[in-house]
Amino acid sequence: MQTVKMVVTGPFSAGKTEFIQTVSEIDVVSTEKRISSEAEKIKESTTVAMDFGRITVDENLVLYLFGTPGQKRFDFMWEILSEGMLGFIVMVDSSRPETFREARSILETFRAYAPTPYVVAANKQDQEDSWEIDDMRIALRLDPRIKLLPCIAVDKESVKAVLLELLYSILAEMDAESVKK
Amino acid sequence: MALKGNLRDFTITQLLNLINLARKTGTLIIEGASESARVSFREGKLAFAEMNSEDNSLATVLYKSNIFTLSQYRTLKARASHMSDKELGLLLINAGYVTRQDVLNTLQNHFIATVNRLFTWVEGIFTFENGTLPPNDKIITRIDLENIIIEGSRRLREWEQLQDEIPNLEMALKFTDRPGANMRKVNLSVQEWKVVSYINPKNSIQQIARATKMNDLEIRRIVYGLLQAGLVDLVRPEGVALPVSKSGPMAEANKEEQKSLINRIIGRIRSL
Repeated sequence: MQTVKMVVTGPFSAGKTEFIQTVSEIDVVSTEKRISSEAEKIKESTTVAMDFGRITVDENLVLYLFGTPGQKRFDFMWEILSEGMLGFIVMVDSSRPETFREARSILETFRAYAPTPYVVAANKQDQEDSWEIDDMRIALRLDPRIKLLPCIAVDKESVKAVLLELLYSILAEMDAESVKK
Repeated sequence: MALKGNLRDFTITQLLNLINLARKTGTLIIEGASESARVSFREGKLAFAEMNSEDNSLATVLYKSNIFTLSQYRTLKARASHMSDKELGLLLINAGYVTRQDVLNTLQNHFIATVNRLFTWVEGIFTFENGTLPPNDKIITRIDLENIIIEGSRRLREWEQLQDEIPNLEMALKFTDRPGANMRKVNLSVQEWKVVSYINPKNSIQQIARATKMNDLEIRRIVYGLLQAGLVDLVRPEGVALPVSKSGPMAEANKEEQKSLINRIIGRIRSL
């Protein structure tokens, strides 16, 4: 049985756990803990170790989805989680611009760990106060070649679209590498 | 017992606080990662500070503060090389070139600037030698530490924020491909231009810092400004081997197998 993995990362409360839960065929194995920091008390609990979801591709191949802990003090986990990943998704809460800078920082950190393809998912696009995609691209200082995708982490089709775009990026990168050689 | 330790466990801010509150007299010697410094205190007040790698003579400090021109400085160095700082200071005051206040203000600013640089040192060994003061021929000051500590804390916060923004100085910079970004219309300082002149995906930020003689805080500050202005992007330096995933199955599979694997996942995701 072959296994591959993708990592879902992003700031605290960006919607990483929901994203994985929406497509995982198993109940997400999630280590959650009550929030300790006052500043981060916008939800009751947070992921402290990792979320772990699974999609069986066929009898010989399984895709695992790993969600990173959102709170900064658990960032020592990121490097471990990033090892061997196919690619990664940076989740950003479109309605919380105060987290954009951190999202950018997480993105740079992951790129330094592993130069694999990635996409950025602008989550919570269904909320009234969410930012426009074009505005978010500027705020996040994203290169025009990087895919910034609208997303609603609790909507299956939306999550599928993000995963597919990442996979297309992985294929495109493989083709580009073949041309270079 | 001598006050000894590591900056990782006890920061400069904490050390100054301790010296201030305990009204200590002595010299703090710090061996940093690439530099070392000596800072002296009398009854909890800053008396003297120097980086060991730099010329801290009065003539040089006055020249760096634009009190003297280069030619005046050269003359001073040639004619007064045998004089101590105190003797030179007296000579300059008596000759009417500077006032006593000029000398004191310049030295105070120099000492404070030296201590401010220490706040970003996160690695290093420190020793506090109780009772040790600079040699008698040095001019010493009495500067309250409270404001220095507050300013130092600000710098530390800025340092931490910049580290979050630019965590890895091994990354390189490239000019952005964003249409409309035009360097010609941008007003840059001399320091920023120096950095800009080295921007090339082949040069890491660390290398640019070395070439422009900037410390980590200074280079991060400038790179952050350029990033914020949308003029540059962070990239992995050209020619640096990409880390290969050790445990990833993709590392071993050949290209066609990899593509087939990705296509299988695509098919499965579509069918969810």
